[in-house]
Amino acid sequence: MNLAGHYSYWMTILLMVAGLYIVVARSNLIKKLIGLGIFQTSVYLLYIAPGKLIGGTAPIVSEQFAVYSNPLPHVLILTAIVVGVATLALGLALVVRIHEEYGSIEEDAILEIDQHTAADQGRDGQPS
Amino acid sequence: MTAQHLMLLAMVAPVLGALGVSLAQRSPNLRETLSFVAAGIALVCVLLLVPEVYAGGRPEIVLFEILPGVALAFRLEPLGMLFALVAAVLWPVSTLYSIGYMRGNDESHQTRFFACFALAIACTLGIAFSANLLTLFLFYEVLTLITYPLVTHHQDEEARKAGRVYLGFLLGSSLSLMLIAIIATWMMAGTVEFTPGGVLGADISNAAIGGLLALFIFGIGKAAVMPFHRWLPAAMVAPTPVSALLHAVAVVKAGVFSVVKVVIYIFGVERIAGLSSVDWLPFVTGFTIIAASVVALRSDNLKRRLAYSTISQLSYVVLAAALLTPLSIIGAALHIVSHAVGKITLFFAAGAIYTAAHKTKVSELDGIAKRMPWTMAAFTVGALSLIGIPPAAGFYSKWYIVLGAAEGGHWTALAVLGASTLLNAAYFLPIIYVAYFCAPADDGHGREHGEAPWPMVAAMVITATGVLALFFGMEFPLALARQLVSL
Amino acid sequence: MILDHLPALQVVVPLLAAPLIVLLRSGRLGWLIATAVSWTGLVVAVLLFLRVQDAGTISYAMGSWAPPWGIEYRVDALSSYVLVLVSLLAAVVLPYARLSIAAEVPSDRHYLLYAMFALCLCGLLGIAITGDAFNVFVFLEISSLSGYVLIALGRDRRALRSAFQYLIMGTIGATFYVIGVGLLYLMTGTLNLADMATRLGAVQEVRPVLAALAFITVGLSLKIALFPLHIWLPGAYAYAPSAVSAFMAGTVTKVSVYVLLRFMFGIFGVRLVLPGLPLLEILTLLSAVAMVVASLVALLERDLKRLLAYSSVAQIGYITLGLGLGNVDGLTASVVHLFNHGVTKTALFMLVGGIALRAGSCQLDALAGLARRMPVTCFGVVLAGLSLIGVPGTAGFITKWHLVLSALQAGQWWVVVVIATSSLLAAAYVWRFVEVAYLRIPTGPVAREEAPLSMLAPAWLLVAACIYFGLDTSFSLAGARDAAVMLLEGAR
Repeated sequence: MNLAGHYSYWMTILLMVAGLYIVVARSNLIKKLIGLGIFQTSVYLLYIAPGKLIGGTAPIVSEQFAVYSNPLPHVLILTAIVVGVATLALGLALVVRIHEEYGSIEEDAILEIDQHTAADQGRDGQPS
Repeated sequence: MTAQHLMLLAMVAPVLGALGVSLAQRSPNLRETLSFVAAGIALVCVLLLVPEVYAGGRPEIVLFEILPGVALAFRLEPLGMLFALVAAVLWPVSTLYSIGYMRGNDESHQTRFFACFALAIACTLGIAFSANLLTLFLFYEVLTLITYPLVTHHQDEEARKAGRVYLGFLLGSSLSLMLIAIIATWMMAGTVEFTPGGVLGADISNAAIGGLLALFIFGIGKAAVMPFHRWLPAAMVAPTPVSALLHAVAVVKAGVFSVVKVVIYIFGVERIAGLSSVDWLPFVTGFTIIAASVVALRSDNLKRRLAYSTISQLSYVVLAAALLTPLSIIGAALHIVSHAVGKITLFFAAGAIYTAAHKTKVSELDGIAKRMPWTMAAFTVGALSLIGIPPAAGFYSKWYIVLGAAEGGHWTALAVLGASTLLNAAYFLPIIYVAYFCAPADDGHGREHGEAPWPMVAAMVITATGVLALFFGMEFPLALARQLVSL
Repeated sequence: MILDHLPALQVVVPLLAAPLIVLLRSGRLGWLIATAVSWTGLVVAVLLFLRVQDAGTISYAMGSWAPPWGIEYRVDALSSYVLVLVSLLAAVVLPYARLSIAAEVPSDRHYLLYAMFALCLCGLLGIAITGDAFNVFVFLEISSLSGYVLIALGRDRRALRSAFQYLIMGTIGATFYVIGVGLLYLMTGTLNLADMATRLGAVQEVRPVLAALAFITVGLSLKIALFPLHIWLPGAYAYAPSAVSAFMAGTVTKVSVYVLLRFMFGIFGVRLVLPGLPLLEILTLLSAVAMVVASLVALLERDLKRLLAYSSVAQIGYITLGLGLGNVDGLTASVVHLFNHGVTKTALFMLVGGIALRAGSCQLDALAGLARRMPVTCFGVVLAGLSLIGVPGTAGFITKWHLVLSALQAGQWWVVVVIATSSLLAAAYVWRFVEVAYLRIPTGPVAREEAPLSMLAPAWLLVAACIYFGLDTSFSLAGARDAAVMLLEGAR
C-alpha cells in the first residue's frame, strides 16, 4: 500500500473526521458552523485530488499532449463551494437571530432556556 | 326492481335515513319518523330478496376494484340472508324501543344516537351481503368505528374508559390478527372471495390451516371468544337500546356471522373436517361457554349478567361451526337468529326495568312482576329461549347443535352444552322466580312505579312474540340454513 | 413545442418565480405568483405523467447537451409519480397558506416566505426529475436551504433552533451524499444515473462501491429522518409555520426516499445482496424500531404538532420497511406510501393549522371539547387519522396490505408483528385527540367557529383524497406498482 502516495486521501479523512467531531462535540453554534465548513472542505479535496491524473496536463486541448487532468471535479466543487457558502451564510444569519432571541449562542444554554420556558408554559397553560 | 337494486337500496336507505335524521335535529317527531321510514324501506327490500335466495339464486353486485384482483363486491347467500333478515326486522323494533327509552330517560344527543344507529345498520347489511373478505373487513371496521359514539354516548369518564376498552379490543384484534389472516389467505389461496367449499387448496399444510383458523377466530373480536371478550361487558355503559340492538344483534352477530361465513366459505367444512390442527377450537369455545356462564351467574348487575350470557351464547355459535358437521352448521345459523331475538327481548326488559323502576341489580327485582307484568312476561319468554326450553325458538337451534355434536361424536361438546344449559337455567330462573313469587323489598322511599313507557312495552311484546312465532315457524329459516350445507 | 420542453419548465418556472417575488416585495403578489406557479407545476407534472404512461421514459437533454456528458432530465414511472405528488401538495397547500401565513408570520416577511416556498418547490421538483447524480445534490441543497429559511420563519423562537439543527444535520447528510457520489464518480467515470447503473456492473473494485453505498445511504437517511437520524424532524415540523409544516411534511422526506430508491435499486441493484453488508436487513431493523419507538413517543406527546411529527417518523419507517424487505410488494408499499402518507400528513397539518388559528394553541390540554367549536375540522382529523391507523377504506390501508403481504412473502413474521403493533399505537395516539376533542368538557368558548373556508377547503380536499385513494387505487397503486417493477428490473 502506497501510504505516502495517498497523502491527499489521508488529509481528506483527517479533515472529515475533525470537522464532524467539532460539529458534534462543540456546543457553541459558530464553532459548529466552522466544523461544518471543515467537513465540507474535506469533500472538495476528495473530488479534486483524484482529478489530477498522473502525467496529465492542464485541460487545454493541444496536439502535444495526450493525457489531460480532469476538469469536471473542479466544476463540481465550484458548485459545492457555492452551496457551502450559502449554507454558511444562512447558518450565521440563524445564529444572529438566535442570539437576538436567546441572548446566547451556546447550545446547552439555549436548551436550558427552552426547557424553563416550556415548564413555565406547562404551569400556566399558556399557548405555545 | 332487480335483486341488485334491492340490495343496494337496503344498504343505502339506512345511510339516507342517517342523513335525514341529522338534518331533522330540531323536530324530534319528524326525526323519529324518518328513522322508521328508512327502517321500513330496508325491511321491505330485505324481505323482497328472500324468495330469490330461497329458490337458490345468489344475486351479486361488483362495485369497483380496491386492490388488484379484489373488488368491493356483494353476493347474497343463505347465511347472509338470515343475518340481514335479523338486522332488518329488529331495527324498526328497536327504533320503537329506543324512542321510548331515550324519551323516558330524557337522554341527550338523541339525534347523534339515531343517526349512528342507522349507519350501524347499514354496515351490518354490508357485512351480511359481502362477497369477499375485504368487503367484509371494510364494513366490519367501519361498524366498530360507528358504534364508538354509541358506546361513549354519555361522554363521561366512565364512557371514555369503556370506549378505550371497546376500541382497544375490537380494533386491536381486527387490525392485528384478522387483517393478517385475510392477507395470509390472499397469499396462500390467491383469492379472498367467499366460495362454496372454501378456497384453500390441497397443497396448504395442516399446520398453516390451524394457524390461519386461530388468526381468524381470535381476530374476529366481535365474536367475543375469550380472551378477546372484555369489550362486551365494557360496552354495557351505553344506553340499553345500544346494548340491545348492537350487542345482542348487530355487532356480536356480525362477529359470529363472520366466523361461520369464514368457516364455510373460506375454509370449507369438508376441507377441514377431521384435521387435527383445528381440534383446539371446540375446547377454546367450550371454555368460553362455561367460563362466561359462571361469571354471569356471579354477576348481580343485570346488564352485566346479560352481557356474559351473550358471550357464552356467541360461543355456542362458534362451537357449532367448529364441530364441522352439517347439522351443527345448521344449528349455528339457526342460533344466530334465535339468540338475536331472545337476547334482544331480555335487554329490552332490562332497559324497561331501569327506565320505570331505576333498578339495575338482580337482587333488587323482588316482586317486580306485579308492577311490570308485560316486561317480566317478555323476560320470561326470552329466558326460556336462551335456556332452550320449548316453545321458545332457542330450543330448536340448540337441538340442532346437540344433534350436530352427537353426529360427529363430540362428547365433550355435548357435555359442555349440557352443563351450560344448566348454568343458563341457574342464572335466569331465579330472576323469574323472585320477580313473580317474592314480595317486593321495601325500599323505604315508597316510590310507586308502573310499566315502562308504551313504545318499550310494544317492542318487547313484538320480540317476545317473535321468539314464540319462530318456534312454530322454524321451517322457514331452516330451509335457508339447509342450503348452506347442501352446497 | 412547449410540450417538448415540459421537463425543463417543471423546474424553471418556480425557479424564476422566486427572484421575481423578491423583486416585487409584495406579500399578496408573492402569494398569487406562488399559487399560479404551483398550479402550473401540477399541470406540467400531470402532463408528464400521462406522457410517460403512453410513451415510456422521457429523456430530456438540458441545453441540448447530450447525455452522459450533459445533464439529463429523465422522467420515468417513478419520477413522474413523485412529481405529481409534490406538485399536487404544493398546489393544495398554497391556497391554504394565504390566511395561515397571514396569522403566523409578520406581514413584512410574507414575500420572502413565498419566494422561499417557490425555491423549495423548484428544488424538490428538480430532485425528482433530474437524471444526474450531482444535479440531485444541487437541487437537494436548494430545497434544503430554502426549507431551513421557511422553518425559521415560524412564530415560536424554538423554530430558529430547530432550523439550525436541521441545517447542521441536513448539511452533513447532503455532504455524505456528495462523498458517496464522488466515490461512485471515481469508480465509474460518469455522473449520469442511467449511465452509472450500466457501468457499475463492470467495476471490479468492490470496496469503494460499498463505501459509496454506505455514505449515500447514511446521508440520505439523515434527510429522510430515518431513526435514529430523525432528531431534527419533530422540532422542525412543530415550530414551523403551519403551511410550511403541511407542505414539508408531505414532500421533503418523501423526495429523499425517492433518491434512496433510485440509488439502492436503480443503480446498486444486484450489489445490495452482497454478503458482509446486510444493508437491507439493517434498514428493516431500523424501520421496525422507528415504527414502534416513534409511535410510543407520539403517544406521550402533549403538543399536537409534535405528535404528528413523531407520527411522521413512524410512517417514514413504514416506507423504509418496504424498501428493506426488497420484494415487489415491499417496494410497491414504499412508493404508494410516499403518496398516501404525503396526502394524509399534509391534510393533518393543514387541519391542525386551522385549529392553531382558532384555538390559539396546539397543546392537547387546551383543546378539550374542540369538536363542538370546530366540528368539521375535528371530523377531518378523525378521518385522516384513520388513514394513519390503516383502517380499510382509507389510503393507509392500501399501504398496510402491501407491507404485510410483502413481509409474509419474505417470511419475516416478526415484521408482521411490528406492523400490527405500530398500527395499534397509531390508533392509540389518534384516539387521544378524539377523546380530548369529543369526550371532554370544553374549557374555552363553545360557539361554532370553524377555520376559514380557504383553509378548510384545501385541507378537506386532501382528507377526501385519503378516502378516495383508499377505494379507487387506479392511480396511486398502479403508478406505484409500475415504479416498483421498473426499479427491480433495473436491479437485475
